[in-house]
Amino acid sequence: MQLEYIGAFQIVIGVIVRFWPVWVALAIVMGASFVYRKQLGLYGQLYGTGVGIAGVGICFFWLFTAIFAHTIAPFDPLAQISVMKDALPGAIEPESGMPFLFGGDKLARDVFSRMVEGSRIVLIIAPAATAFALMVGITLGLPAGYYGGRIDQILSFLANLVLAFPVILLFYLLVTPGIMDTPIPYGLAGLFFIFPIIFFCTLFYTRFKNRPDRLYWLMGFTILVGGWIYIGLVFNADPFGIVSIAPNQLNIFVAVVFASSPGVFRIVRGLVMDIKTRDYVAAAQTRGESPWYIMLWEVLPNARGPLIVDACLRIGYTTILLGTLGYFGLGLAPESPDWGTAIKDASRLLRSFIHPALPPTIALMSFVLGLNLLADALREQSMKD
Amino acid sequence: MLSFILRRLGVIALTMLCLTLVVFFLINLDPNLKKLAITQTEMRATAEQQESWLQRNGYRQNFFIRYGQWLGVWPKQPVIDPATGEAKGRFAFCNEPAVPAFSGILQGDFGCSTKYKVPVSQKLFPALGATGLLMFWVMVTMVPIALLVGILAGMREGSRTDRTLSVASIATTATPEYVSGVIFAVVFASWLGWLNGSAASATSQGITFYNFTLPVMTMAIYGIGYIARMTRASMVEVMTQQYIRTARLKGLSFSSVVIKHALRNALIAPFTVIMLQFPWLLTGVVVVETMFRYQGFGFLLVQGAEANDIDLLLGCSLVSVFVVLFTQLLSDVGYAYLNPRIRVQ
Repeated sequence: MQLEYIGAFQIVIGVIVRFWPVWVALAIVMGASFVYRKQLGLYGQLYGTGVGIAGVGICFFWLFTAIFAHTIAPFDPLAQISVMKDALPGAIEPESGMPFLFGGDKLARDVFSRMVEGSRIVLIIAPAATAFALMVGITLGLPAGYYGGRIDQILSFLANLVLAFPVILLFYLLVTPGIMDTPIPYGLAGLFFIFPIIFFCTLFYTRFKNRPDRLYWLMGFTILVGGWIYIGLVFNADPFGIVSIAPNQLNIFVAVVFASSPGVFRIVRGLVMDIKTRDYVAAAQTRGESPWYIMLWEVLPNARGPLIVDACLRIGYTTILLGTLGYFGLGLAPESPDWGTAIKDASRLLRSFIHPALPPTIALMSFVLGLNLLADALREQSMKD
Repeated sequence: MLSFILRRLGVIALTMLCLTLVVFFLINLDPNLKKLAITQTEMRATAEQQESWLQRNGYRQNFFIRYGQWLGVWPKQPVIDPATGEAKGRFAFCNEPAVPAFSGILQGDFGCSTKYKVPVSQKLFPALGATGLLMFWVMVTMVPIALLVGILAGMREGSRTDRTLSVASIATTATPEYVSGVIFAVVFASWLGWLNGSAASATSQGITFYNFTLPVMTMAIYGIGYIARMTRASMVEVMTQQYIRTARLKGLSFSSVVIKHALRNALIAPFTVIMLQFPWLLTGVVVVETMFRYQGFGFLLVQGAEANDIDLLLGCSLVSVFVVLFTQLLSDVGYAYLNPRIRVQ
């Protein structure tokens, strides 16, 4: 059967029209931020430079794409419509009359819908894994930098151990399907996911230990919510059935956190070693504050600038890591629409068809580029202060 | 200085020991051993046959004994053939001895690759050579371009050149190898047809511009942005120094100030960065070699990992850890040597 095609111009118009919820959301959020940029602190200052606006714009674009993915994607990313196998961009699907804007892949799925739906997977796992890596890195990096000595030696040795590991080998060993039969991923998940709870408990305890009325409330809230998410993620036994994660995603999550937390650790340790020589730390020590109070309420807030910049860069790096995992076919399900898996599938067939390869590569590249631009603008702004 | 280097070498040895232990533990997990048994026995072998294969070849011995055997501090035992009761080497294709012998890493024996059915060293060192060649060309293209871009950008901070080059370097750091590889292959191999999209022929027929440019380009582009940004930062810092202003006020031309006064001081920081790029390059090597089918170290690593080839993987991890840590040491020593203000205690 002969497929009908729409022209290149119509493809461009079609793509722009499909993304309409994103444009609306972008216009509202960025317009409002631009108008009130004077009141928005560091975030508002980003709107002062071209690089900053570009970075924020790209990041928001992918964020809103992930949020409205189901509205934007015209087809089910997993549905195979056999007549559309390897269809070129702009081919019209006969049944619904809607075009495959970026064509079909070798399994006759819509490349455009897969790219849009893939953003969901990437934008959930990458920032979440980065957040956990930050928690682990900060909680371990603070004492290592502040106390120094034996603690520092041991923790630094462990961090260097992980950093010296070739990342791919680590992934091949940690993200094989077989490892799900062993307790290792659950053990590691149990270890990593406890860090945010410890972090927030210590944070609130050191600040409010003399004010029981607020302390009990905050601690109880942390332990309740943290414990709920912890049970849901690690044991997959959330009593309400809201928090859950597929075993293979947990595995990826753990591997990514494991690979990127030593980097955070090193940065935090370096920052703390620098900041602890400042006068306000000496003043707090003289006041008789506890070491953890000084670390969490004196040192950490003053290290936030470089940490925010690093977090932006690290989300990008984590996205690249996730893509690497997908590229080697590790962890994620083979039909998963995430960008790395899509790049792997398409790159094998480059000789015959190139159109399925380009959308995921450009998507991944632009998202990481947006994050890097954002980090660059943030760094510039924080240097001005 | 000497004691510093000796201590660092000690740490390297300890790290290698710990890491190989971790790798050894992970590849000897039960599911992974099963995977090995499945690839090594016939397709339709039953679970008992797989188990007996593992038993016969000594994979069910105590974990630490096996690690000791690999390391060379515990004698390797020959396999007793159940039919004849005769002792023979474990794998016929590796000429393993038929008597108990100390034969491990410490004796220079890397063990036996079950995937390729040859001793690991026979496979590992040619692959390392091939990767070394790739790395050499990557370095030859990457370092000068990155330094040039960084210096041009950092020379006049905030100028139009600076902004253009900075955004370009940010863009290259946002492009991992598997993305740029695909884009380059699309453009130069599929579309223009100038270059070969596969480097498989580089192993057999030697490297040519036609088959080697794409892998080198793909690997170099990711590193260029990073090194260029570090060079730029260091250059910007140097250009604000007093001695640069003095030189300018003395009446020297801008180009001679940059070349004679700024460059030498600005290149100290990038030196360490380039050295610390090796871990990144190792990951890049794996992606690029898989993508372009170049039979080097990374290709070997992936093949070994897919077949759970124990000795091969241990050899690979040993080599890569050594490369990473040794370049770190080199960068520290080199930094102290280049910058006389830093003294190593």
